[in-house]
Amino acid sequence: MSKHTLDVTGQLCPIPVIRTQNQAKKLAPGDILEVLCTDPGAINDIPAWCRINGHTVASSETKEDGNLIVITLTIGE
Amino acid sequence: MTKQAKAVALISGGLDSMLAVRVMQEQGIHVEGINFFTGFCVEGHTHAIRKQDQKKQKRNNALWVAEQLGIKLHIIDVIDEYKDVLINPKHGYGANLNPCLDCKTFMVQKALEWVKENDFDFIITGEVVGQRPMSQRKDTMPVVARESGAGGLLLRPLSGKNLPATIPEQEGWIERDKLYDFSGRSRKPQMALAKQFGFDDYAQPAGGCCFLTDESYSKKLVDLWQVQGHKDYEFDDVMLLKVGRHIRPRPNFKLIIGREEGENRFMEGYKKRFPYLYCKSHPGPLVLADGELNQDDIELAARITARFGKGRNAAEVVVHFVTPDGAETPYSVAPLSSDDFPQEWYI
Ligand code: SF4
Repeated sequence: MSKHTLDVTGQLCPIPVIRTQNQAKKLAPGDILEVLCTDPGAINDIPAWCRINGHTVASSETKEDGNLIVITLTIGE
Repeated sequence: MTKQAKAVALISGGLDSMLAVRVMQEQGIHVEGINFFTGFCVEGHTHAIRKQDQKKQKRNNALWVAEQLGIKLHIIDVIDEYKDVLINPKHGYGANLNPCLDCKTFMVQKALEWVKENDFDFIITGEVVGQRPMSQRKDTMPVVARESGAGGLLLRPLSGKNLPATIPEQEGWIERDKLYDFSGRSRKPQMALAKQFGFDDYAQPAGGCCFLTDESYSKKLVDLWQVQGHKDYEFDDVMLLKVGRHIRPRPNFKLIIGREEGENRFMEGYKKRFPYLYCKSHPGPLVLADGELNQDDIELAARITARFGKGRNAAEVVVHFVTPDGAETPYSVAPLSSDDFPQEWYI
């Protein structure tokens, strides 16, 4: 199990979802992926993408006065 | 039925593709969705940019549809490859800059590549004969099948009975009898089928699935092409066309004026690329300046900036002009009056 970070700050949906998807493809089940983003749309879109593709959202936090969103997911089978 | 065949469905987020998928699922087909991001899609980022849209709807419809159907969705970035489709459409444009026929062909062709790479069997779309003036006519639907190279591997379940038999039908993977015969512009058959399947909450896109069907967006794109002298474009440029009021007071520059907080925030990201103006003495919008501006142009831009801020009725306001390296110059100007602001400046 390894931990990875993906920085998609400044990118607007669906780019954060696409980049998360492409990164997730390279990871193994159980790996942790932390996605840093700024588009509030990602708060809904990344978890929705996880649900349909079998990954789990471990946490989703908004930091730095609402400007940074950190979504942590665990890669599924 | 001989085997469980696998189909990939073009998912736009609208009702038709949702129905097409369910029709196939009812026939025991394993379906996954594919969604192409061209850079012009209405889905996604515009909701994030504009605050008012954010309240209205936050979800990405393609993802939402996939979740309702219980299918996987693969979102593919085709921003670069799409340029050629938009710049040189073999079959031309629709009412605005929408190259629907070439666009559909391109997407089916990309889906075909995906089918081959992922060992799937065929492609489905929610297209209905006669539904759209350009890409969904009885005479153009075979064009998409032929020019994409998909041929008989492209099935339109909602209009299947009106079209020649496809490979999935010939091979017995699905039953032609259980396809539909929808045709024409009426949405009634789709609504009835949605009811039958228990779909009660779905997006109904009005004109099409992308900004290229939008008249005011197309005008801004034409303006961009004219000024550049060529049709090539950067993703950032076409993104900016979705935001703010676009005003061209003189041929050598245009101003992009944020309409509300969400747009202003989005435009902040472009401050390193474009000079910008803002009103120092009164609240007002962020204004990006695209082009080469001389002193006289900057003064006019400052007066326009003042006009769109809270100081529009003041005798004099202070507007700062900031270059991408951060150097700020103050200008004390009188806000431009409506008499001096011709409507033709709006792009
Ligand atoms: S509306 Fe836009 S995305 Fe849809 S087929 Fe036409 S050009 Fe393509």
